[in-house]
Amino acid sequence: MTPRRRRMTLVIAILAGVSIAGALALSAFRRNVTFFFDPTQVAAGQVPVGERFRLGGMVTEGSLRRAPGSLEVRFVVTDYSHDVPVSYTGVLPDLFREGAGVVAHGRLAPNGTFVADEVLAKHDEKYMPPEVARSLKRRHGESRQEATPAAAGPQGAPPQPPQAPVSTAAPPTAGAGS
Amino acid sequence: MREFLDMGGYAAFVWPAYAVTLAVVVANIVWARRLLRQAQAAARRRMAAAGAQP
Amino acid sequence: MNWTWFHRLGSPPHAYRLAQRLTPWFAWPAAILCLLALYGGLVLAPPDYQQGEGFRMIYVHAPTAWMSLMVYTTMALAAAVALIWRIKVAHAAAAACAPIGASFTFAALVTGSLYGEPMWGTWWEWDPRLTSELILLFLYLGYMGLRAAIEDPQRADRTSAVLAVVGVVNVPIIHYSVSWWNSLHQAPTVMRFGKPHMSPAMLWPLLVMLIGFTLLFAALLLVRLRAEILARERNAAWIREELGA
Repeated sequence: MTPRRRRMTLVIAILAGVSIAGALALSAFRRNVTFFFDPTQVAAGQVPVGERFRLGGMVTEGSLRRAPGSLEVRFVVTDYSHDVPVSYTGVLPDLFREGAGVVAHGRLAPNGTFVADEVLAKHDEKYMPPEVARSLKRRHGESRQEATPAAAGPQGAPPQPPQAPVSTAAPPTAGAGS
Repeated sequence: MREFLDMGGYAAFVWPAYAVTLAVVVANIVWARRLLRQAQAAARRRMAAAGAQP
Repeated sequence: MNWTWFHRLGSPPHAYRLAQRLTPWFAWPAAILCLLALYGGLVLAPPDYQQGEGFRMIYVHAPTAWMSLMVYTTMALAAAVALIWRIKVAHAAAAACAPIGASFTFAALVTGSLYGEPMWGTWWEWDPRLTSELILLFLYLGYMGLRAAIEDPQRADRTSAVLAVVGVVNVPIIHYSVSWWNSLHQAPTVMRFGKPHMSPAMLWPLLVMLIGFTLLFAALLLVRLRAEILARERNAAWIREELGA
């Protein structure tokens, strides 16, 4: 083997070695690397007990309730396979929407409700002007009878519903002048 | 114009983001050109010193 | 297969002269495209149905993030070539990439933070995408620190090159983190197989900005490469001829 061929083999070997080591390390630490758990994992009892963790999924449409006279809100997080009821006292982020993605940080109460102390909005990767979103919603609303909701994936982002989210953009409360 | 600057209420985030990016772009251009000028000056000095050797 | 062009690139005077000639061909188109994209993104593109006018941050955040990954990949490629073929010009190219990549990674993190607060509700989370991008910044800084710390130029070249190659596994991790793991950051909009998930009027300024930034990187790299070559070549005769000293 020429010296150069040997050096090339060495570089490739280093690369392969690091990749394998990285893959092994990441899979071994899977539980600690998990940024959020989905409702199916909660239902299967795979979430940390007695500790804070993050719950991620979609906000079930029509599930948002505000307790009268208090800042508490209740909604349901779903991955279209299982649901978890959530209770949160505080200001919801601007992009929080029913039918859109959410990541909540908190604890699971004994009665099965997830008590969140932080709620983040998770938006999808689609960008379009409001009129395109409206016409998409209209079109999917018409064919909603035939459409079946997307099944929950075992890993990865919460599944996106086939229709565009419900409402159009509202200006943020933070930093707005007038 | 005022609406443009207001960025739909997101001005406090959008304009700093553009400012930081512009700063990094400009800093890169300035820094790279300065490095080259310095390297050329240093090379000229070395040539002059070498030329001055007996 | 004629490899003369490859070996000629490894010759410092040839690389220097070529870099000098090519720089304006990257620099000026970069400026024009970036300005065009700026106008398209800030003025022409319609607001987003979800993010409103705030989505315009994508026109600086996505290009800087793209730069952070593209520059590292270039640096790792140059380092690998340098290690395998023992070409000093390739070491010089890798060294030239690092400060560029580090500064744009910083910009990607800062613009990302400014983007995350209004849209997600947080300035920072230890989610897979954000965390691995931060690690990328440490890799760049580690590479630069390693170079600075090692006295012997040849050892500095080789050791930092190994770090660059080893660290390149982070690049696919960063890109695929949003698919492989549950994350707060959303899936790719443009860098995916299949149609981009963005309306045409919003998409073209982003694509033009990405190309503009790429050309800018090429121009910056060529300028820094020339500086590196001069510093390494010490008293070579071709420099006297080149600089007209």
